[in-house]
Amino acid sequence: MSDNTAPPGPSPTYAAAGLRVTVDLNLCQAYAQCCYAAPDHFVLKGHEALHYDPAPSADARADIERARIACPVQAIRVEDPEAPRR
Amino acid sequence: MSDDTLFARIKDEASRPDPYPLFATLRRCPVSRQEDGTYVAASHAAISSLLHDPRMSSETLPPADRPKTGNPLKDWLVKPVRDYITDTHRPFIFRDPPDHDTLRAAVMHQFTHQRVQAMRARSHQLVDEILDKLGDARTIDIVDDLAYPLPVTIICELLGVPPEDEEKFHGWATQLATALEPDNLQDDEARAENSRTFDVISEYMKGLIAQKRRDPQDDMLTGLAGKGADGAPRMSDFDLIATAILMLVAGHETTVNLITNGMLTLLRHPEELRRLREDPSRAPRVVEELLRYEPPVQFRTRTALCPITHGDVTIPEGAPVVLMLAAGNRDPAVYADPERFDPDRTENLHLGFGGSLHYCVGAPLARFEVEAALVALARRLRNPRLIADPPPYRPGSALRGPKHLRLAIDGIDP
Amino acid sequence: MIGSESRVVVVGASLAGLRGAESLRRSGFAGSLTIVGAEPYRPYDRPPLSKAVLTGAVAPDATGLPNLVALDADWRLGAPAVGLDRTKRLVTLEGGETIAYDRLLIATGASARPWPDAAEGRLAGVHTLRGRDDAEALRRDLAARPAQVLVIGGGFIGCEVAAACRDLDLPVTLVETGPTLLASVLGAHLGAVVQTLHETRGVTVLCNAKVEALEDDGTGRVQRARLAGGSAVPADLVVVALGAVRNTSWLAGSGLAFDEGGLDCDAQGYVLDENERPDTQIAAAGDVARFPHPLYPGHRIALEHWGHAVAQGEHAGRLLAGCEPARYAEVPAFWSSQGGITIKSVGLTKGADGVVIAQGDPRHGRFVAVYGQEGRCIAALSFDSARWLPAYAEKIAAGAPFPPEAGGVDAGPLRVFAPGFPDPSGSGPDDPARSGKDEP
Repeated sequence: MSDNTAPPGPSPTYAAAGLRVTVDLNLCQAYAQCCYAAPDHFVLKGHEALHYDPAPSADARADIERARIACPVQAIRVEDPEAPRR
Repeated sequence: MSDDTLFARIKDEASRPDPYPLFATLRRCPVSRQEDGTYVAASHAAISSLLHDPRMSSETLPPADRPKTGNPLKDWLVKPVRDYITDTHRPFIFRDPPDHDTLRAAVMHQFTHQRVQAMRARSHQLVDEILDKLGDARTIDIVDDLAYPLPVTIICELLGVPPEDEEKFHGWATQLATALEPDNLQDDEARAENSRTFDVISEYMKGLIAQKRRDPQDDMLTGLAGKGADGAPRMSDFDLIATAILMLVAGHETTVNLITNGMLTLLRHPEELRRLREDPSRAPRVVEELLRYEPPVQFRTRTALCPITHGDVTIPEGAPVVLMLAAGNRDPAVYADPERFDPDRTENLHLGFGGSLHYCVGAPLARFEVEAALVALARRLRNPRLIADPPPYRPGSALRGPKHLRLAIDGIDP
Repeated sequence: MIGSESRVVVVGASLAGLRGAESLRRSGFAGSLTIVGAEPYRPYDRPPLSKAVLTGAVAPDATGLPNLVALDADWRLGAPAVGLDRTKRLVTLEGGETIAYDRLLIATGASARPWPDAAEGRLAGVHTLRGRDDAEALRRDLAARPAQVLVIGGGFIGCEVAAACRDLDLPVTLVETGPTLLASVLGAHLGAVVQTLHETRGVTVLCNAKVEALEDDGTGRVQRARLAGGSAVPADLVVVALGAVRNTSWLAGSGLAFDEGGLDCDAQGYVLDENERPDTQIAAAGDVARFPHPLYPGHRIALEHWGHAVAQGEHAGRLLAGCEPARYAEVPAFWSSQGGITIKSVGLTKGADGVVIAQGDPRHGRFVAVYGQEGRCIAALSFDSARWLPAYAEKIAAGAPFPPEAGGVDAGPLRVFAPGFPDPSGSGPDDPARSGKDEP
């Protein structure tokens, strides 16, 4: 990241080393592939309610990436501060 | 302009090694009528749309009609009852909601991530055992040596089917999987053979389920044979048998092709094989791209419940509709350079596992199995070469894959 | 394409602002980029704030949005924009600093509509919910196990907050002026289904009821709510969920056409001045933008949907980069998760004159309802049946006939009901029908 200024104010620790994840729940159709790929970070409750960890730690990288790739509707977005930006 | 013989040519065994040029022609019409009255959807957009369309039914099997035995008691009393039971307790791949949803939910409830993760670890172990056993072989048949035994062992362990019974199902599973091949549904002899096989395997399952109830184990069959999830009523025994058969057949007939197609594709793209060997973390991308590039399930058939208009084509009520998943997977409207095998492509919205309600139940398991197989093959086979390219193919056009994939190797690394 | 010496300013460090900025870079914009945010935080995701954050499953500071493209941006966070001079092309920040722009993206979003009586709204224990700090404060108060929670407003936020309270096993009363929960968005016919869901989970729902005053215990802490008609509801924690007002007041004097319902835009996404002339240096996106949607002609709409913020943000980025994108025509879509049920919608229900159950059965919890207006499908809503929605999104985009044809899989009886929208003239301050959803 080459942003010029760090944000002022409280600086949560997760931002330093962790990942940031968001799921487009309009796209999500509860195929639950992420829940098998990264069961510690994605959980389907009931029929269609996907609960996920928006700030997984960096050591979950491989599982999160696996979840992202496996999503049949490609609804998972991940920022990995260590990875080169596409 | 549509060519109404394309689907027939795709089904022709001569097209098995490379049906993709035919798919390209087929895609010129997103939906086209074929000479036999079948409609084929070939563009990614048309297939995606029809997969989510509630006017499309999966109840595509013709009514059960067991062959007459000549024994009047059996033919007049028993046969209609058994046919009725078969029709009303189809496996859920051939059923619509709400029944489909109930049955599928029961399976998903047993198909826990813990069980899948356990089978992920087991896959790696099995692949290594299999390769270790091959010792200093100088040829290997990917199909017989690895791609078949791996998923079969996994599905048997997951369901709780005794491994010593496995050789019985080999033929049964192959026979029952032909229900996905359109021409077999038209053929009386093939349907009769399917009925016989279904009855035999049903008897076997019935016995196994009774045994699970007497002696519960930590496996899916025991779970399915028990109480329903969250107070749901227990699945009927007929549905339970059909569901168990479905999982067994699916476990036998699909992953084998994905593993084999995968190794074939990697050998045809040696650079990708090398990259996978050097960086096994590429495996999930490789598998996902394989599902696009060489999907083991090339098409699925549905029935139109109402007239459905797509572009300038109207599919009439009752028409069979083939969703040509493998053609949609190479649609240039969706994929840049679609004929290229490229694990690094982004936004890979492939149709390799189908989509919507009938999305492959076993998808997470298949991904892990294929990863385990390809990573180990890439790492451990020394200098693998294809002995025949193209390899010989199995007859199926819906479930497409090599019959054998023989490789010459310089040895197997530990 | 605008040149690399150009300066783009994004006002609003929001979902729409972030995706807009990324879209600018993705479109090849190489000039300087400044992102102004009123809050001291990088852009964060709001949907969890009314759900997992309240139950404590997700930390309030954990919902930072993934940044998907290298932005190389100058972030001015905690510095709300307070003025816009379009002649000099300057944005003024609180404190007086000015930032010059060549192109400007306005994505300032919306704020929770405050309780009408400011003094009552300041009582301890009275909350609104929009931002991360709001969610943190509410989460903290919920964690202290209040004796009785009162939620005012049965829109989506109110329903989600009430559901979160039940997840925490807290007693909660939900007061709504309309005939059922969510009546202004779903109509009373389906609003009743949602209401049953919440009542079954132990929420006390009071409909056709209006809170007139919030009363304290003498120490400045809220103690009860006084309803119209005189009865009282005890409450030591109150969540005011009366919808949102757009953050447009900082545009006073800019000559642009705006009010608390949004900033007017043309079909392209450029903002309009008071004489309806577009300013092609400035685009707006997300909650704040009120624009003509080709599927819903005759008026401009401002949508408070997550997906809309993404899509319109990306559209605005391309527009400002000079890519001349096609007219923005995304089919509106939203989701809400409450009480274990996922409600999803495509299209807009406003103006519907009929509704049918197309798939499934409300009595069994899973169904798809389709809304029509003058014989055309205009919206569809799913309860735990999202996989059918793409088919209906296609119908809505194509203006397919309503009711849809009978005979599909798991088809309902397709009887056309009146949706049962409350009379708009009689609606209170909480009228989220205008936008479809009051997302925080």
